[in-house]
Amino acid sequence: MKGDRYAYFPGCSQKGTAVEYGISSRKVAEALGVELVEIEDWSCCGATPAHTVDRLLSGALAARNLATAEKMGLATLVTPCPACLVASKNALELAQDDESLKELNELLDLPFKAEIQAKSLLQIIFEEVGVDALAQKVKKPLKGMRLAPYYGCLLTRPPERAQFDDPENPISIDRILEALGAEVPDFPFKTECCGAAFGLPKRDMVLTLSGKILDMAQQIGADGIVLACSLCQQNLDLRQGQINSHLGTNFEIPIFYITQMIGLAFGFSSKEMGLDRHAVHPDKLLKKWEEKLKE
Amino acid sequence: MRIGVFVCHCGTNIGGTVDSHQVAEEAKQFPHVAYSTDYLYTCSEPGQQEIQQAIKEHNLDGVVVAACSPIMHENTFRRTIERAGLNRYMFEMANIREHCSWIGEDKEANTRKAIELVRMAVAKVANNVHLHPSYFDVNKRVLVIGAGVAGMQAALDCAEGGLDVVLVEKKSSIGGRMAQLDKTFPTVDCSICILGPKMVDVGQHDKIKLYTYSEIEDISGYVGNYTVKIRRKATYVDWAKCTGCGLCMEKCPSKKAFDYHNEGVAYTTAINIPFPQAIPKKARIDPKYCRQFTKGKCGVCAKVCPVGAINYEMEDEIITEEVGAIIVATGYGLMNIEELGEYGAGRYPDVITGIQYERLLNASGPTQGHIVRPSDGEEPKRIVFISCAGSRDLSLGRPYCSNFCCMYIAKQAILTRDHIPNSDVYVFYIDIRAPGKGYEEFVRRAQEEYGAQYIRGRVSRVYPRGRHMIVKGVDTLLGTQVEVDADLVVLATAATCAPGAEELAEKLRISYDGYGFYIESHPKLRPVETNTSGIFLAGACQGPKDIPASVGQGSAAASKVLALFSKDKLESDPQIAQVDESRCIGCLKCAETCPFGAIEERELRDGRIVARVIETVCQGCGLCTATCPPGAIQLQQFTDNQIIAEVEALCQAWKERSSG
Ligand SMILES: Cc1cc2nc3c(=O)[nH]c(=O)nc-3n(C[C@H](O)[C@H](O)[C@H](O)COP(=O)(O)OP(=O)(O)OC[C@H]3O[C@@H](n4cnc5c(N)ncnc54)[C@H](O)[C@@H]3O)c2cc1C
Ligand code: SF4
Ligand code: SF4
Repeated sequence: MKGDRYAYFPGCSQKGTAVEYGISSRKVAEALGVELVEIEDWSCCGATPAHTVDRLLSGALAARNLATAEKMGLATLVTPCPACLVASKNALELAQDDESLKELNELLDLPFKAEIQAKSLLQIIFEEVGVDALAQKVKKPLKGMRLAPYYGCLLTRPPERAQFDDPENPISIDRILEALGAEVPDFPFKTECCGAAFGLPKRDMVLTLSGKILDMAQQIGADGIVLACSLCQQNLDLRQGQINSHLGTNFEIPIFYITQMIGLAFGFSSKEMGLDRHAVHPDKLLKKWEEKLKE
Repeated sequence: MRIGVFVCHCGTNIGGTVDSHQVAEEAKQFPHVAYSTDYLYTCSEPGQQEIQQAIKEHNLDGVVVAACSPIMHENTFRRTIERAGLNRYMFEMANIREHCSWIGEDKEANTRKAIELVRMAVAKVANNVHLHPSYFDVNKRVLVIGAGVAGMQAALDCAEGGLDVVLVEKKSSIGGRMAQLDKTFPTVDCSICILGPKMVDVGQHDKIKLYTYSEIEDISGYVGNYTVKIRRKATYVDWAKCTGCGLCMEKCPSKKAFDYHNEGVAYTTAINIPFPQAIPKKARIDPKYCRQFTKGKCGVCAKVCPVGAINYEMEDEIITEEVGAIIVATGYGLMNIEELGEYGAGRYPDVITGIQYERLLNASGPTQGHIVRPSDGEEPKRIVFISCAGSRDLSLGRPYCSNFCCMYIAKQAILTRDHIPNSDVYVFYIDIRAPGKGYEEFVRRAQEEYGAQYIRGRVSRVYPRGRHMIVKGVDTLLGTQVEVDADLVVLATAATCAPGAEELAEKLRISYDGYGFYIESHPKLRPVETNTSGIFLAGACQGPKDIPASVGQGSAAASKVLALFSKDKLESDPQIAQVDESRCIGCLKCAETCPFGAIEERELRDGRIVARVIETVCQGCGLCTATCPPGAIQLQQFTDNQIIAEVEALCQAWKERSSG
């Protein structure tokens, strides 16, 4: 563990729809001795819509945050959100080309050197903290919880951009959950798409795709799904009711952020981890777990 | 000196972007040039005749041909001038095709460059001297590395041709992959039935010395005279005593050893004979699983062996063999299926590889030829084959085609319907590659007679649902997504280079491509030679190949060796380094740099130490020349004087241009 300080980029969702992801990320990082220094005056990274409109402009949106972090003298930008990560990595990739770097710098009001790295918080926890160190900090092992690890389509792909884990059969969340004491079954749909940002323009599609993921989780007898993307969480959790009425199912599967599960195992309360903010309440599972812990 | 210059058009290859006629005209002005002309195809018969005629008519004693790469035709033209009575080394080629016409479109600039290249070649030839090859003896024994079908064929052909053969095989039996196959396309004849007798021939041939369970440790020497060190790995069984009775296998308590021959579909015992037809039929202990080795006590096999063949103390042995030529036939490997996360291979027992399926189909395989699902031992009713699993896939770094999968999938589809007539067989494919004789017809039979359902499209994911596997893909002909509910999924995994192929190539000093397959000397004209003389290639070590092609190449390699050995003495190339003893200060820096170990120390009668070049080992790379502080070691045909003459000619051309 390098004990480094990282430039923390929460991104819009950690301040809005996924507040609990942001809260749990900060608490867990602190518990692990990972120092997250929030980037000053950060702005939206552009995420999904910007790059479909103008590659250079979307690059500049993400580059502004990267440049600020560089100015703060930090070597790695860390974000919990895979979409923010891809946006940052795209900007860094764009800046590899001298011509584009010059254009980016013309658009920004501060110098961008593109020497900084970008990683997800998951990657930092998995690669730099490591599962062994994680296991040592566990106070309340996730005994008796059978959790499906879900990565979505963005976290490890495209592989040449993500440079993290296996693109088709990632294992980082699996290994982390195992270290926390949970039971982790093979989840065949771990990289299937949830429908992403089509929730507004094409809701049917999201309901069908996310429905399939929930269905698979149910088939393998999972008590919950653990993920690392706020959009996936929203589609699977917030829309679970819509999915049920669309497909005629009655899923009731709690959807957790990986940081929340780490936090629970570290002894934080479910409220501290923001579990009360979820649409599908994990009460039943938590009760079962508490009982198991008493055994 | 009287030099002739012949400028080629190579049709439009050169003529299209270089004014060959103008080049020939300009060359007339160069020092020593007595004759200069251009010709449409200089390498053609009339082209060569014209050179020979000009040599006589104009009394030439040096020739420059401005044409293609010397790799292509230097030897052709050397022979041409030799037939006209000149020394073959009084010849230079100016490469105005690969170095000029093919790389630029500006005809004027190209023509200028061609003139400069010719001018340099003329300056060089004016400094050439007559060189004469020397001759050395050949050891007419041949080493064949790898005893798959290609290596066996090469060994047998060489032996039948009267040569002594040393055959080295890494595994404990010969036969290679073909010994694992059930039936073979496109004839659907039993693989081991056609291979078995050949294996016996190899095992019994008095001209073939067989080293199985052995690997190449080191190779030194040169064409005609190689010294090979072979490591005979310890089998812990004295093969001189072992009768292959198999008693040890019956009694061995360690029954969970990995079974290589069955590709892990079944287990074997720690002491084992890999398969009933193995040659030699001798037992070997796998120390990874043997209790004597892992736990320090057992010794059951030693107790039961009726001939006392077991020896737990056995050590590897190094043997030295001398040979004159080498045939490399180390075959191919198969991709590790766990690289294909999307197909769940390695995670789901009912996703298996094509070669594992061969073992299930095989009557002498672990299931006696019954197709069963690994998960529950039941007979599958719906079987899906996925082609190009890892092949033709840029994202996995394997853009090449594995060559034989389309065909063996068709074969396995046919065999599946034979074994389980009421089964459904699906094949996902990108496109079907069946260009061999009778191949297209064979694939059609699988589809039309045997009812295999071919779906064009890649599979995106394979996952379990209950007791079934769901194969999710796209049908690109219908333009829709498809899901097939399968009992068993068979992946045609990509063929890779043989494990350890790169290390062996380094020992042999032959080249390999980015995937580890060995590179032939010329893809069209010298397909079984390597760039190291005396070393030949056969079979899938050069790239994925089916059995007919591997056997054909095995025979071709053997015939090359027989042709090489048809002479009692070989010519050595005189274009090697030579030491001027009066200038050599004996520092031996040259010996340190020579990558081939071609320089040795020599003491003169007056006690002075100088360097000496071992003629047959020197490859003419010239590294020593660049190293030698007093310039005492010179590469014949590329001496300092010759190179300086070329550079001067070039500078002269530039000087003239800038002043005029
Ligand atoms: C599932 C499957 C089914 C197939 N079915 C057919 C079919 O029906 N018809 C057909 O024509 N083809 C088929 N093939 C292709 C066939 O296997 C090859 O064409 C053939 O095996 C190539 O022969 P080879 O001698 O070049 O290589 P191999 O069979 O690979 O033999 C190479 C030998 O060299 C040895 N070796 C490797 N490295 C070393 C070393 N460093 N030192 C010493 N020894 C070494 C190996 O142990 C091996 O014995 C099939 C292939 C697969 C995967
Ligand atoms: S028992 Fe002895 S002779 Fe028989 S196969 Fe085993 S080692 Fe060979
Ligand atoms: S030319 Fe090359 S091979 Fe020959 S002696 Fe010099 S360094 Fe060695």
